[in-house]
Amino acid sequence: MKKKTNGLKKLYIGLIFVFMYAPIALLIIQSFNKSKSRGRWGGFTLQWYASLFQDASIGEAFTNTILLALLSSVISVVLGTMACICIGRMKKQTRTLMMGITNIPMLNADIVTGVSFMLLFLTLRIQFGFGTILLAHITFNIPYVILSVMPRYRELNPHIYEAALDLGASPAYAFFHTVLPEIMPAILSGGLMAFTMSIDDFIITHFTAGAGVHTLSTKIYSEVKLGIKPEMYALSAMIFITVLVLLCLVNRVQGDLDLKAKEARA
Amino acid sequence: MEKELIHLSHISKSFGGKVILDDLDLVIHENEFVTLLGPSGCGKTTTLRILAGFETPDKGSVIFEGRDITNLPPNKRQLNTVFQNYALFTHMNVADNIAFGLKIKKQPKSYIDDKIAYALKLVGLEGFENRSVSHLSGGQQQRIAIARAIVNEPRVLLLDEPLGALDLKLRQDMQYELIRMKNELSITFLYVTHDQQEALTMSDTIVVMNQGYIQQMGSPEAIYNEPENAFVADFIGDSNLFPGVFVRDELVTIDGVPFPCVDKGFGKDVPVDIVIRPEDVELVEKERGTISGVVTEIIFKGIHYEMCVEANGREWVSLSTRPHLVGEEVGIYVDPFNIQVMNKPESEDEEAVSTT
Amino acid sequence: MIIRRKTAGLLGTPYIVWAAAFIVIPLIMVVWYGLTDEHGAFTLANVAAIADPAHSKALLMALILSLIATIVCILLAYPLCLFLVQSQQNSTSFLTMLLIVPMWMNFLLRTYAWQSLLEKTGIINTALRAIGLQPLRMINTNGAIVLGMVYNFLPFMILPVYNALEKIDQNVVNAAQDLGAGRRETFTKVIFPLSLPGVVSGITMVFIPALTTFVVSSLLGGGKILLIGNVIEQEFMLAYDWNLGSGLSLVLLVFIIINVVVSALIERDEEERA
Repeated sequence: MKKKTNGLKKLYIGLIFVFMYAPIALLIIQSFNKSKSRGRWGGFTLQWYASLFQDASIGEAFTNTILLALLSSVISVVLGTMACICIGRMKKQTRTLMMGITNIPMLNADIVTGVSFMLLFLTLRIQFGFGTILLAHITFNIPYVILSVMPRYRELNPHIYEAALDLGASPAYAFFHTVLPEIMPAILSGGLMAFTMSIDDFIITHFTAGAGVHTLSTKIYSEVKLGIKPEMYALSAMIFITVLVLLCLVNRVQGDLDLKAKEARA
Repeated sequence: MEKELIHLSHISKSFGGKVILDDLDLVIHENEFVTLLGPSGCGKTTTLRILAGFETPDKGSVIFEGRDITNLPPNKRQLNTVFQNYALFTHMNVADNIAFGLKIKKQPKSYIDDKIAYALKLVGLEGFENRSVSHLSGGQQQRIAIARAIVNEPRVLLLDEPLGALDLKLRQDMQYELIRMKNELSITFLYVTHDQQEALTMSDTIVVMNQGYIQQMGSPEAIYNEPENAFVADFIGDSNLFPGVFVRDELVTIDGVPFPCVDKGFGKDVPVDIVIRPEDVELVEKERGTISGVVTEIIFKGIHYEMCVEANGREWVSLSTRPHLVGEEVGIYVDPFNIQVMNKPESEDEEAVSTT
Repeated sequence: MIIRRKTAGLLGTPYIVWAAAFIVIPLIMVVWYGLTDEHGAFTLANVAAIADPAHSKALLMALILSLIATIVCILLAYPLCLFLVQSQQNSTSFLTMLLIVPMWMNFLLRTYAWQSLLEKTGIINTALRAIGLQPLRMINTNGAIVLGMVYNFLPFMILPVYNALEKIDQNVVNAAQDLGAGRRETFTKVIFPLSLPGVVSGITMVFIPALTTFVVSSLLGGGKILLIGNVIEQEFMLAYDWNLGSGLSLVLLVFIIINVVVSALIERDEEERA
């Protein structure tokens, strides 16, 4: 009986997995479809992958998306980590206030965050474009960094920093050689989260982009009514597969390292 | 001896290829305070979990009052557990925690209320009914965990290192409390610990375990005074452990120096291990000792002094209320009655094997 | 940490200025625009406009659909998390695979792909026809929007529920069994109550994005079903009536604030317990 329920559990998990991946599989299949219409299979082709590289507007949207994600995640990592050091030693009340404000972009609805940026830029008469999107992305990315780094920073053993000072290190040297390596994993995972969030964002970009500039998201949205260009499927499929392969490699390497560490211990 | 209650019969258990218990056989009697004592990884907690029903043995069976309960789920067993980290239900108050088992058995409310009041009185926390368990101190949580178990009137109370998280003073107080509760409830206690002092203080029977085997089983006095092998001797209390030769009945030698003893029947000129408790090592004037040595170290321990004496290239530890100066030449005398002779294990492996 | 107060303050300044400029002030602008007319005079008309039948219908529809989506998310996520925790293997990489990796396919495209699955000549209907069943009208229905919400926001339910379930000490579960609780009682009396904070935080994380979405409804509702998010988006991007759009956003903010207060209360409860 136990075996049977185990089988049912696995089936259930598998169904959820299918639910999450069915649209993705469909999009990847679509990218090889000769027919431009979604419903029909017109034979296998790689032509969309070829024409993708001739399409300047997709190329520009792709560059914008990646550049935005890179810049916004790097800047938010720097600002966020600096902020953690400051917030970490605030008095409890100030800290609670600061963390409350930090939480706002995460708890607020994207549409409200989006229109609030739009109103700010309108009022200040700032030209909409790459700059405004970047400002918005940094703002909603910082919380991911802070929420990832803060717990790690606060449970850090304060004596390692003191020990470095005690051994003659300057505060800066002590920070970069003792504190930073300890919180590095949290910084990286916060940065990766920020990068992902920036790439995947549509709503806030929609309200802060203005007319001329497109990211992949806003470009897709503008194409939805007329039908999405098959090149877009090809590009998305490539991005997705690349990330998937990278993740598997990282996992493999990490698994190997873990195994080696285990063996070394045994 | 009271009648047999539990028989763990030829139990083996391994996790992921690592053998934790190997053909363990243990009998527990009614109204007995049994302690499983051993270092971490010796299999004591696994033994307790098998008895509670959280693990199923690979081989062997659990017999409870003559009935095989090996495959009975934990909720159907007539025993209750006090967990190491208490495992209180944090979403319930004290009274609801204690009432948990009784509510499952659909006992009437008045009965449950009486039981809660009785249990809280027994553990010395009257009036704590409506407190939140997370606001209690470690010692108080411990008492609630005990109360929660005993209201179900288990035949056996299993305690898994229950005092491990408490500080020394509280631990000592709780030891006396547990003995008192045991006497008041008159049920069987099976207690797991790695603290030999705890085991010696509370138990009727101590089961010393190492590497999945029972090393020795007996009363605290027997375990302390007559360890059956080097592991037990080393694990229970400090001791001087020397290799020696059993020359003939009532005579052993340590490094060639003869010491009279009272043991018999080990054979002739057989290599043995010899255990002498530090409090049995008497430091006397040089001429009156069996051998002589030089005091190398002296530490004041409160009730007595601990002294190290180097004699014949070996270090002897002695406990005494009379101090000797470092560098002083002293004689060492041991009453024949206090020399404990043990068979040497024949190989590394056998060191872990029970000698019974 | 004894990093000097001055240094630490200096390090924090950029973020504090940033948070004031780009988190606090923009929100104040929404309030300001929402409570004034185009001449800058104070008015409640923009907020009161929610009573307009078209607006209140859109809000009501959004509330109903997001509530249903939230409930469906709980029903789907809870058993999944329970099974994953019970499987006792390290489920972290599986969860990454299930929840994070799909995010690398643009979410508009993923939602859009459901059109191909649901439409009249889509894959599901083709399959239904092939086995001799009547095709279903699925696209551009309320059901399609709920499905899109569930698809997009299910991860926000799975993560907190999984974390809450995983945090439960196995010994507490053992203790319940030890005290005589069977499987069902162990679940209803111990596991479920202990996981409740995770469920509540999942609800708050799914409900708000579902309530305020305009993307899911415009992609899977065919522009026929308007939610409050669509109304606000149109006021800003098509009608350029920022005052009205802000006024309606303030109505959403009320729901968001309720949400924040609820989750803060639960968090405090949990901290107290820990």
